[in-house]
Amino acid sequence: MTTSLADVAASGATLRAFLHGLPGVDRVGADQRAAMLGTRSIKTTAKARAIDLAISMVDLTTLEGADTRGKVRAMCVKAVRPGGGAPRVAAVCVYPDLVPVAVEAVAGSGVKVASVATAFPSGRSSLDVKVADTAFAVAAGADEIDMVIDRGAFLSGDYLKVYEEIVAVKAACGEAHLKVILETGELVTYDNVRRASWLAMLAGADFIKTSTGKVSPAATLPVTLIMLEAVRDFRDRTGRQVGVKPAGGIRTTKDAIKNLVLVQETAGADWLTPDWFRLGASSLLNDLLMQREKLATGRYAGPDYFTLD
Amino acid sequence: MSRLAVRKTYKLFIGGAFPRSESGRSYAVTSPDGDFLANAARASRKDARDAVVAARKAFPGWSGATAYNRGQILYRVAEMLEGRRAQLAGELGLGRAEALASVDAAVDRLVWYAGWSDKIAAVHGTANPVAGPYFNLSSPEPTGVVALVAPADPLLGLVSVVAPVIVTGNTCVVVASEPSPLAAITFAEVLATSDLPGGVVNVLTGRQAELAPWLAAHMDVNALDLTGVTDADLALRCEQEAAGNLKRVLRPVPEPADWTADPGLTRMTRFLETKTVWHPLGV
Amino acid sequence: MFEYAPAPESREIVDLRPSYGLFIDGEFTEGSGPAFKTVNPATEETLAEVACASADDVDRAVRAARKAFGGWSGLPGSERAKYLFRIARIIQERARELAVLESLDNGKPIRESRDVDLPLVAAHFFYYAGWADKLQYAGFGTKPLGVAGQVIPWNFPLLMLAWKVAPALACGNTVVLKPAETTPLTALLFAEISRQAELPPGVVNIVTGAGETGAAVVAHPEVDKVAFTGSTEVGRLIARTVAGTGKKVTLELGGKAANIVFDDAPIDQAVEGIVNGIFFNQGHVCCAGSRLLVQESVQEELLAALKRRLGTLRLGDPLDKNTDIGAINSAEQLARIRSLSEAGESEGAERWSPACELPERGFWFPPTLFTGVAQSHTIAREEIFGPVLSVLTFRTPAEAVEKANNTPYGLSAGVWTEKGSRILWMAERLRAGVVWANTFNKFDPASPFGGYKESGYGREGGLHGLEAYLDV
Repeated sequence: MTTSLADVAASGATLRAFLHGLPGVDRVGADQRAAMLGTRSIKTTAKARAIDLAISMVDLTTLEGADTRGKVRAMCVKAVRPGGGAPRVAAVCVYPDLVPVAVEAVAGSGVKVASVATAFPSGRSSLDVKVADTAFAVAAGADEIDMVIDRGAFLSGDYLKVYEEIVAVKAACGEAHLKVILETGELVTYDNVRRASWLAMLAGADFIKTSTGKVSPAATLPVTLIMLEAVRDFRDRTGRQVGVKPAGGIRTTKDAIKNLVLVQETAGADWLTPDWFRLGASSLLNDLLMQREKLATGRYAGPDYFTLD
Repeated sequence: MSRLAVRKTYKLFIGGAFPRSESGRSYAVTSPDGDFLANAARASRKDARDAVVAARKAFPGWSGATAYNRGQILYRVAEMLEGRRAQLAGELGLGRAEALASVDAAVDRLVWYAGWSDKIAAVHGTANPVAGPYFNLSSPEPTGVVALVAPADPLLGLVSVVAPVIVTGNTCVVVASEPSPLAAITFAEVLATSDLPGGVVNVLTGRQAELAPWLAAHMDVNALDLTGVTDADLALRCEQEAAGNLKRVLRPVPEPADWTADPGLTRMTRFLETKTVWHPLGV
Repeated sequence: MFEYAPAPESREIVDLRPSYGLFIDGEFTEGSGPAFKTVNPATEETLAEVACASADDVDRAVRAARKAFGGWSGLPGSERAKYLFRIARIIQERARELAVLESLDNGKPIRESRDVDLPLVAAHFFYYAGWADKLQYAGFGTKPLGVAGQVIPWNFPLLMLAWKVAPALACGNTVVLKPAETTPLTALLFAEISRQAELPPGVVNIVTGAGETGAAVVAHPEVDKVAFTGSTEVGRLIARTVAGTGKKVTLELGGKAANIVFDDAPIDQAVEGIVNGIFFNQGHVCCAGSRLLVQESVQEELLAALKRRLGTLRLGDPLDKNTDIGAINSAEQLARIRSLSEAGESEGAERWSPACELPERGFWFPPTLFTGVAQSHTIAREEIFGPVLSVLTFRTPAEAVEKANNTPYGLSAGVWTEKGSRILWMAERLRAGVVWANTFNKFDPASPFGGYKESGYGREGGLHGLEAYLDV
């Protein structure tokens, strides 16, 4: 099977034929499946485990024009020690110029540093600039690169251009892990989400990620469901496991737990670790901490008792 | 010593909120005996414009809601209206018994239309046996934003023109009865507490002759119901203006109108488009 | 891997009485037959003792319904509508209580009774409430038939009650309803709801009992209309009983639906549709997609995906909110499923179930798949009414239609393909009352439901559902 997939990107035509040969996604059915899994009721001990697991999967993110060294440092402190005995998060995610600040702030903690690159969030620049952007972040010490695909090229059918850019960025990553952001809110159809997922995996993505967080809708449950189906099917086909990162719009513990249920019942337990599933978020962490406190004390928590960093 | 009553300020109802007229104007509403009742807002053309914007904004959501959902909401309106029975009866300018009967009829009218939400397509749609390998279905769809001039009957008349328009998924801007607008605003309060999305019904009070021509000429209004227009010249002018973007027009109903009669389907069907879909059959 | 902790819905919401009487003329009364027990099929615990209506009791109920008929049918449609709207609202208000009681008595997962049965029950009353004052627009006249005798099954106890009672009342009939012997409790709670709604006495009468009670209802000379949902075998008996009388009859009987998957189907949704088609309500569904017809070119891929999906089904306590598959409704039904499955094996089909622990007490059967099934196998012909799927293959659309129609039943069918014109071509040729395309087991009060051939006659739901209760 692996060899047959190697030829898939031989030309624009073969790539197109492959992607359009993938089974379609029926939108109504996919929405209903995601909604049904959203009704799973996770209580007591299962909830406690799920909250800690979710905390350990968070990519704590700040991606604002107003980001400063001070803001990033403060966020890193929280990432390493969220408080109340909660586990550390998986990674912090920042713009390339702030990577050195983050690297210093999380040093020795096990928290990874991820950086967005490739003319994030629009991706509208030359390949040279995107590769240089990536190399800059890697050189600054980023463990993980979150790149964006060229949605314009994808929507105009130039899959090969998208593929080749991912391959080039992957090469520039070196040892760093590559997360490929599909920006599913701009791809719109679930068929496109499935095709873009396969395209990114074929080109060497270590993770596929839903969104930049700058476009709405971002990480909806059905989109994450379709991406989980894609990584599951890709591993069946190639033997290679690829991670999934929903990002944007995941704000509550309930949202996070619904995502974990989706992972468990779609891709399976192999993906239920921070190595293979991440939650890109900023405000989510405090809600997880508040719910954690509620389970521990038996009373509802108030936001005044949780730090805002 | 008797207690001094706290009076209500009657305002407009636009986009789910109750603003005063942007013009800052009002007009005195009196009882049939000429006693002062309240000052009602006198809406301007700009209020009408804002109301059309609100109705247009509400249209995709309301027309896209399931028929079942719209039916439930109309029934909820009936429930809430029943709860304001006594209050509304006092605003109709009728004798007590007659007023209560009129409110009851308005409640029952809402219940009647609530039931139509998921049935109108069954009696007004068709499966068409075309001569060829095609599946062919015709079904009714709402026409869009409807501007209504409500009749003189302050509540039953108003409900009888508004309910058939919105039950099928249209949104509307309604100009309340000019001499007796108070019940319309109280009805708007009923709507505002009935899960009806803001903007589906917008209520303007003021001068018919001032507002109706602007709505008739508005290029983002799809249909015009002139039921309550009493001046024949005004009706003619409005219908002519409506031709500008080929609005569907329902002409005035001569007074005195009998709003207790079985309304039939026309008030719904006049504000529906028929959509026919063809699809081939083949392996 | 995270295990879901038990998340049971509270039983406390249900106020079970030790014993229940018949509901006749607006009052609960004693039955003269020997009372019987209704059990929780998930635990075999006795829930309550229920009165059994003898032929005399049925006669009392029919007379009460006859007496109420004049007043009820004489009300303006708009007033009847308001009673039905009231009932719809009370059902919505007491939805959780009814859902828990349904799951207790029937064994179905609370997720289904809560998210499927109860919303549909309320919607059905709401829908037919709206028809009560609009009959002149439906095209069947406005004259009711009189007293309707209605006999319903145990698979959707309250939903089948709604399907029967709502249109009957909307059209101006009064009813005598017999719920299934194993699931009488929600019907009796419905009796209480009809009292909360102040429905006039005698408009709805509920007589509990077994087959004999049902036979008495059907045979009663004062019953003008018989509506039955259940097995084809009993349906035939009823048709024979009413032969030569003036009674109008509708029958909604068994099925052996084909769920047809083409190679261009949306595969993940097709898998969900197959699972929903046969494992919804433990397969206790007359329109269940019990025969999977899969195009040979996609068989391997589809079966692998299906088996993987079956591995995630959660079987167990019906009141646990995460349960997908609950208990089989009765020991009798379990025995039937077992014996047909054994026949499948002995006739040479290959049996497969996911690893699945069954609780020790109660009536349970694991989700089961038979592959290598031919049309001639017993399991491809007989209705199993359980969580058992027979997998057959086909090569061309014409062959799929041929196999799908090659059964005395004709209730429903499913078609999975991304090609619209093929869906409609198939739908035109399938001899079934409902054809689902890229979905399965979808119900709506606005949509008529009912079968071709031995799956019965008449339609329930939609405008067409009125015809059964009007003197056309």
